[in-house]
Order: sequence, then C-alpha cells, then structure tokens
Amino acid sequence: MTSRTSVELRVAVVTFPGSNCDHDCYRAAKDVLGAHAYFVWHRERDLREPDIVILPGGFSYGDYLRAGAIARFSPVMDAVRRFAENGGLVLGTCNGFQVLCEAGLLPGALVRNASLRFIGRWVRLRVENADTPFTTAYREGQVLRIPIAHGEGNYVADPATLERLEAERRVVFRYCDAEGRVTDEANPNGSLNGIAGIVNEAGNVLGVMPHPERAVEALLGSTDGVGVFESMRAHLRAAFAPARDSQEAPAAAPAGRP
Amino acid sequence: MNRYLVEIRIVPREGLLDPEGKAVQNALRSLEFTGVEDVRVGRLVRLELAGATPEEVRARAEDMCRRLLANPITEDYEIDLENIS
Repeated sequence: MTSRTSVELRVAVVTFPGSNCDHDCYRAAKDVLGAHAYFVWHRERDLREPDIVILPGGFSYGDYLRAGAIARFSPVMDAVRRFAENGGLVLGTCNGFQVLCEAGLLPGALVRNASLRFIGRWVRLRVENADTPFTTAYREGQVLRIPIAHGEGNYVADPATLERLEAERRVVFRYCDAEGRVTDEANPNGSLNGIAGIVNEAGNVLGVMPHPERAVEALLGSTDGVGVFESMRAHLRAAFAPARDSQEAPAAAPAGRP
Repeated sequence: MNRYLVEIRIVPREGLLDPEGKAVQNALRSLEFTGVEDVRVGRLVRLELAGATPEEVRARAEDMCRRLLANPITEDYEIDLENIS
C-alpha cells in the first residue's frame, strides 16, 4: 500500500497482441481526462499503481478459439483480477468486455452477431443506471450516440443470471432508437434484452461493447462518451477527498488500490 | 505411456441461437437440399496426448475444455479418444 502524493489520475491501458483501440483509450485518458495514461504490455505482471485500468478493443490473439479466450490467461490478467477484486475501476470496451466475460470478472458471454456480420456504425444507447462509477455524469434515460465495431457483441447469459442482472440494475447501457426506445430494430447484434453494457456485482467493473473512447471529441462525431471518463474521475476524486482534507493522517488509498 | 488421439467437438449449447448454423441451414435450403431440420456449426480440436490410461487422458481433456477450449456458458463439448501408440 503506497500513500498518494499527487491527485493526477493514473490510467493503465492494457495492450494485448492484437489490441487496436489501445491508442484511442490512451488519448481519451490523457487528452480528454487529463490523466497520466500509460500502456501495460500483456506480459507485464505489475500494473504500476493505476487508479483506472482499461482493457481496450481489438482482436487480442486474433480472436482465436473465442474472442477474449486466450487473452484472459495473459500474465497481466492476474494483476487486473486483483485490482478489480480490491475495488479498482476496470473499464473493458469491445474486446475488453469479451476478455472480462471470459475471465469471469463479468457474467455471461458475447457470441456471434445475430446477423453474422461485423458491424461498424453509430448506435444509440440508453443510460439505464446513472448511479455507477462510470455513469454519474449522465442522467438516467439519457440517449447517447456512440460507435460500435464488432462481430461478436451478442450478449447471452442463462435466464437466472439475466434476471439477477436486471433485478440488481447492473445493465448500465441498452441499445435503443433515437427516442430511447429499446426495440429489436435498434438492437444491432441480437443481445438479450438489448444489453450493451453491464457492471459486476460490486459495480467497479464495466464491460461495454460500444466504444465510448471513440466519442470523446467533436472531431470524432460525438462527445457522448466523455461522460464515462468524467464519471470515473468524479468517483475517484470522491475517494481521494478524505486524504486531501486531512493534514495529519497519511493519505488513504482510495478503494481499489491494491 | 501411451499416445492417444483426442478429438474434442465443441458446439453451441442446445437452446442457444446459433446464427452461423442458421445461415448454413438457409444456404443448404437455397441449394434445394431437402429435409435439413437443424444445423449447428462448431469446432473440432484434435490433440495428441501422452498418458497412462484412457481415463487419465480423458480427465485432462475435460479440464482443458473447462478452462480454455469451450465456454461453459455458450458451448457443449464431446470428447473421443483413440489409442494410437
């Protein structure tokens, strides 16, 4: 346990062989969030004391066997698991979501799109729960415009798991139309209940198929993804606050720093 | 030690929509193959494993399926062994 000397956020972006959104995530963390962002190669075992870990999109290990199936055995994943179990914020987008499911950090699985096609386009998402560390910058029911780019984004889970996810409000984002209606037509990949993103039981691990990191600057066509990053920053600031307010006590590590 | 040829067949779990299987079924129908009631598309993994007994080799193959080769949420698997020593 180390004491914190700076309020600058540290964001670790994990790079697997075949990751291709790691630079997008790095840029979102560094330039949009103003964080200290850095890459962690999949063979490393030390995450170097991050506040946030991002598992980016791409095709880790060529998606061989199943998307995310081999990445989950990367040496770095032991550290990611410990970080998550200690309450650290973990964001997995696209392939990162697939890796989190394969690793058992999130329930369910992502299988082939119902259309069998790789789909790269803008979709609309409805914020289902604005009370997670990833969504407080949004309001419930808000409709976001965020891009997707995946061939295996069809979320499945057994009925008991699905029921539990819904009952515990762990479905954070759902595909919807421009008016916020969740319909079959607005569902690009066949996901059960239109699920686009879920959190784990503790709420500190988010997996989302769309790419919020690709919607963080007007030049990219949308800034609707910024809220995910701002929400994480707000959550961590609240966690650091006691340390900053106290002159005597050693800086308390926020929940989740392993 | 014996050598075993291990064939592991992995298919989408019963009851789970298999879009690839459905697409193949539709393609077969459009080629006018009649009576194609269902199609499921899976994966075949063929291994050569050294081991003392078929039971022991099977147990290891099962472990491989559980930990890596199959996703228990979405896939079922079957294992066949043949002694090729």
